[in-house]
Amino acid sequence: MSTAAIEDAVMLSPADIIEKQPAPPKASGRSPLCRAAGLGLAGLARLLAGASIRWIASQPDTCQRVYFANHTSHLDAIMVWSSLPQSVRELTRPVAAKDYWSRGIVRRWLAEKVFDAILIDRTDIKVHQSPVDMMIREAGTTHSLIVFPEGGRSVSGEIGEFKSGLYYLAKKRPDIELIPVHIDNLNRVLPRGEFLPVPLLSCISFGPPLWLERGEAKLDFLARARRAVLSLKE
Amino acid sequence: MNDNRTIALVAGVLALLSVATAVGQFLKRHPDRGLDPAAIRTFNNRLRGWWILCTVLAAAFWLGTTATVVLFGLVSFWALREFITLTPTRKGDHRALFWVFFLFTPLHYVLVGLNRYDVFSVFLPVYATLFVLARVAFAGDYKRFLERTAKIQAGLVVCVYCLSFAPALLQIPIPGAADADRSGNFRLLFFLILLVQFADCMQYVWSRMLGQRLVAPAVSSNRTWEGLLGSATSTALLAAVLWWAAPPFQLWQATLAGLVVAVMGFAGGMTMSAIKRDRGVKDYGTLVVGHGGVLDRIDSMCFAAPVFYHITLLITGVKPG
Repeated sequence: MSTAAIEDAVMLSPADIIEKQPAPPKASGRSPLCRAAGLGLAGLARLLAGASIRWIASQPDTCQRVYFANHTSHLDAIMVWSSLPQSVRELTRPVAAKDYWSRGIVRRWLAEKVFDAILIDRTDIKVHQSPVDMMIREAGTTHSLIVFPEGGRSVSGEIGEFKSGLYYLAKKRPDIELIPVHIDNLNRVLPRGEFLPVPLLSCISFGPPLWLERGEAKLDFLARARRAVLSLKE
Repeated sequence: MNDNRTIALVAGVLALLSVATAVGQFLKRHPDRGLDPAAIRTFNNRLRGWWILCTVLAAAFWLGTTATVVLFGLVSFWALREFITLTPTRKGDHRALFWVFFLFTPLHYVLVGLNRYDVFSVFLPVYATLFVLARVAFAGDYKRFLERTAKIQAGLVVCVYCLSFAPALLQIPIPGAADADRSGNFRLLFFLILLVQFADCMQYVWSRMLGQRLVAPAVSSNRTWEGLLGSATSTALLAAVLWWAAPPFQLWQATLAGLVVAVMGFAGGMTMSAIKRDRGVKDYGTLVVGHGGVLDRIDSMCFAAPVFYHITLLITGVKPG
């Protein structure tokens, strides 16, 4: 990370972006019941998916971050969220697809109350209300986000090309640390189109933070971010 | 479990572990003895593993037969998890695997707990096999069909079926042993575990001291013929020394059991090595980092348990179930 990028980050302070937002972020979005449910669910998910969690040249921290991961299973968001220490988890909101997570009472309750997810409508993306703006607004000055830049689950298990959302997120909020996350084997625990999990062992790896370099082109940045996730594979 | 033989066995094991721990700590504090520090670390790690093993076993034995069966069931479940994680499966295997994990494995251990030898001896090798074959066929993916179903079946047989013969030892009615709390059976099971662990250890020691001829260099770089021979001899000797602890055995029978356990344990280690080599050891290491590979620890046990069980049946001449 170059010093130029840090200066950049100082110059483009997020304060002015935040000030424009009318609604301040919720201090604590979860009721005690939902927090207990979250704790139980995180434990269950970790037990079921036998996850080993690795922080490679990186440490858990409550500072504002965007965790970006490869996407292979419906369990991905829950697993990344569960892998974080509780103090970090409380401040971290997964970004998930509205068409999946708002279907059915249980799923909606989980998404809205337990994970405090930010639901993105993939079918109805407006120009003046882009998902990235929504994420930035919902994150406020305290929350971290979990995003899946591939935009959908890959079928083959290979990591697909990243969509540009991550780039715009990095551009508009250069102060946020971008943490690459690699999810291994979870597609075998719960593959696409299945609803019963098989309790195999999975591995969640968190890598060192990266930022958008000054003047870095969109495609270069996205390729670098994708490589960062891939490099955590071994 | 208050008879003299049990007390002698427990005291002997505690004394041995304590002495070994003291030696291990001494060597750690005095690294200038010309010994390999890595070997000392391995030794101390192993010792910690044995302390844990003995504590868990003691707790399970104290709680009784059911608790011990449940303990072995959990170990099987975890080992199978590692086995399937390590072998590639396709999406078409998913539903078959679900039933393997959540129906066949627990049900098999229920049958073991209920002492239904007539059912549990065929349940996994016959019925689970037929189910897996059919379920994978129904899933509609025929690519490498035999290879995939064979992998699931091998996992079930090694991790679940074979290991379950160890707790099944608790159900064998030992002739002449009138003790209602089955302390003789617990001693028999502990005798097996002790022999397996000892054989593993001796194999390592003999291979390092005298090892010249590798059995299969491509599969394992430290298992030698000398190790096998040395381990078989030492284990047979230990079994002879401890024959009084294993109730149904005469001296020569205990010695023979020790020999067979050592050879089978060696075979188990070689087999798991071959599987790991095929998958690339690195792959396995990253996936179960921090979990300390249950399968690595029980591979010898899986191979030795069924043979030891059937030797016991042959020698005592009792009908199981």
